[in-house]
Amino acid sequence: MASLWFGIVAAMITTYVVLDGFDLGAGAIYLIAARTNDERRRVLRAIGPVWDGNEVWLIAAGGTLYFAFPRLYASSFSGFYLPLTIVLWLLILRGIGIEFRAHIENRVWQDFFDVIFSISSILLTVFFGAALGNVVRGVPLDSTGYFFEPLWTNFKLGPQTGILDWYTVLTGVFALVTLTAHGSYYIALKTDEDLGRRARGFALLCWPAQFFLTFSTLVATYFIRPAIMANYGRHKIGILIPIAVVASLAVMLWANPKGKERLAFVASSLYITAMLVGAAFALYPVVLPARDHQYDLTIYNSAAGSHGLSVGLAWWTFAAVLVVAYFVFVYRMFRGKVQVGEGHY
Amino acid sequence: MDSALLVHRLHFAFTATFHYLFPQLTMGLALLIVVLKTIGSRRNDPVYNEAARFWGRIFGINFVLGVVTGIPLEFQFGTNWSHFSRFAGGVIGQTLAMEGMFAFFLESAFLGLFLFGEKRLSPKAHWLSAVAVFVGSWLSGYFIIATDAFMQHPVGYFTASDGSLQLGSFWDFVLNPWAGWQYAHNMGGAAITGAFIMTSVGAFYLLSAKWIAHARIFVKAGVVAGCLFSVLQIFPTGDKQGKMVTDLQPVTLAAMEGLFHGQPGAPLVIVGQPNEQQGKIDNPIEVPNMLSMLTYRRWSAHVRGLDSFPKQDWPGNIPLLYYSYHIMVGLGTVFVVIMLVALFLLWRGRLYNARWMLWILMLSTPFPYIANTAGWMTAELGRQPWLVYGLMRTEDGYSKTVSAGNGMFTLLGFTGIYTVLGILFLFLIWREIEHGPLVGNESASKLHPVEAR
Repeated sequence: MASLWFGIVAAMITTYVVLDGFDLGAGAIYLIAARTNDERRRVLRAIGPVWDGNEVWLIAAGGTLYFAFPRLYASSFSGFYLPLTIVLWLLILRGIGIEFRAHIENRVWQDFFDVIFSISSILLTVFFGAALGNVVRGVPLDSTGYFFEPLWTNFKLGPQTGILDWYTVLTGVFALVTLTAHGSYYIALKTDEDLGRRARGFALLCWPAQFFLTFSTLVATYFIRPAIMANYGRHKIGILIPIAVVASLAVMLWANPKGKERLAFVASSLYITAMLVGAAFALYPVVLPARDHQYDLTIYNSAAGSHGLSVGLAWWTFAAVLVVAYFVFVYRMFRGKVQVGEGHY
Repeated sequence: MDSALLVHRLHFAFTATFHYLFPQLTMGLALLIVVLKTIGSRRNDPVYNEAARFWGRIFGINFVLGVVTGIPLEFQFGTNWSHFSRFAGGVIGQTLAMEGMFAFFLESAFLGLFLFGEKRLSPKAHWLSAVAVFVGSWLSGYFIIATDAFMQHPVGYFTASDGSLQLGSFWDFVLNPWAGWQYAHNMGGAAITGAFIMTSVGAFYLLSAKWIAHARIFVKAGVVAGCLFSVLQIFPTGDKQGKMVTDLQPVTLAAMEGLFHGQPGAPLVIVGQPNEQQGKIDNPIEVPNMLSMLTYRRWSAHVRGLDSFPKQDWPGNIPLLYYSYHIMVGLGTVFVVIMLVALFLLWRGRLYNARWMLWILMLSTPFPYIANTAGWMTAELGRQPWLVYGLMRTEDGYSKTVSAGNGMFTLLGFTGIYTVLGILFLFLIWREIEHGPLVGNESASKLHPVEAR
């Protein structure tokens, strides 16, 4: 039962990154790719109807994590106190950046919220990447089951790690590049003319960096945590994950110049999914590794009681069906390229 | 008080109080917008639809603020209150996860359709999306109340071998008797805020002689709803809530009422300052025997005072609790009087020209916010010194690994950001009110971005 909830939480986090990832990526290229007021409004119109619903996946994933693994929630949220609070501030700024900009037709007002929106989107991708890096690297949990990390210590991987060290900065940059590409594919899919062309150009620029970072991050991960490969040795099915990663990278490279925007975006989504599933697969059954492995948090020592988990499965399944229906409906309503003058923002 | 404990308590108190300024209006307005839209489509009256659209825009701005200030609350259970989360997460994780899965997805999906889909959807589908937003926001309210109710009156749980609480009975937990009346009382409070705000904007337009047709609808809908909910707020919901406190948290009742000494025929204090040093109320104005009547329905009933309980179980801040409670009840009573007079004038057909009453209605804007905040302070200060009543003390629940200095850093950060948000909010709301209800038709597409979703 705990394994099932591990899968559900991992799937919800992955859904969040794939969906809100393109909003964040669109924010990252926003200031450079969208130059005129009209182009900026089109970017906002492309993500405007969906960003809030996408962000709900983060809240729902957080709530589900709380419900299924209360001990993990307590340890990780208090241990990552500083970066999580900064993420909250950035989410606030990103939200008002999107929503408040168009309230007043004034250049100064709009420029202000443009910069807020873009900078907060960029920093969010870096923080999310660094957070994943922290989880993979392991944190200084002790016998109480708690830890606290300052933002940085000496950027090395000693016993007293900070949120940022050379490895997590690497994963943060990796996330920035990956989500910038992801957002570029989305904007290319949703817009046309100069804006769509520039978004495609951005994706093209990101590709070599993404390719290089995929492998250097993998090598670095193996270097700091050789045990990460153990599950791949044990369960042969794991080989599908690197195959999906390589295949989706290849499809992105091929589809983008050909103007097959939908295929490129789907490949990017598959790539992100494969990378995150790969990380979850490697960690299982550990949910938060400790620097000292006897203090690892696993699905066994951090899950909620079994009655609660089985009751939860009933309502969660019911709710998940509804949620999928809403998303299909909303994305269908707003499908196609965004037009000038038709909408708002 | 341990300074880390103080910082973490202030952290939650500040962010939760600021957050709740927005959902109380969105929950109240969601109901009133459904009413306006229903009347609009029944009578085929465009003025009602324009009114609904205007309040939809106000709703949209409030909703954005509610969303961005709401996420920090869920995170804070883990960041600032991790020991509490580890202790009680096996139970209250249920309702918090359900809120995300059932309420937030519903709300976020249909709000976009309601605000921007009016041209694409049929009138019926558009009406349904307004209903969906209403249902989503009121469901969200229930899950939060059920969570709080567990902290006030834990039921449906068992204690596991590691000392943590785990779910014993889902239905006992979700249908906590405390949650039912607390929910009714809380949603009544939200409806009162919505009704007063709608009325006061209408009163402002009438006094300024602008948008008369819309203003009359605002005032009429606001006064009728405001009267209904103000009365219900006192009886039965407030009365029942008081009975539950009497039965289940008697020490809280004594502190709220400033009853230092238990006695038969206890008086109800209307005015007076609690003097903890001497164990009495200074310059009291009291109604004799009234407290006994309200709590036990007998004039001579014995009501236990603070002296009947060990001091370590007294709520930590008795004066603040006493004032919060008295401000809530006092304002609630004033609301009933204002709304009854307004309803009478409306019935006699004199309200729209009674400038003195319109002034009163316009200036009443801040008071529902104060009453709702004071009500929540009464509930949460009254729960002290417990975090989960009878099971975990507040001092045991905060994140022991997060130092006071780190807590202060983020508290100051939130204070700064929320100050800016508050100023932006007031500025944007004022612009909407100044532009009036008709701006929304064509040019509004550019002016009102929230509409685009």
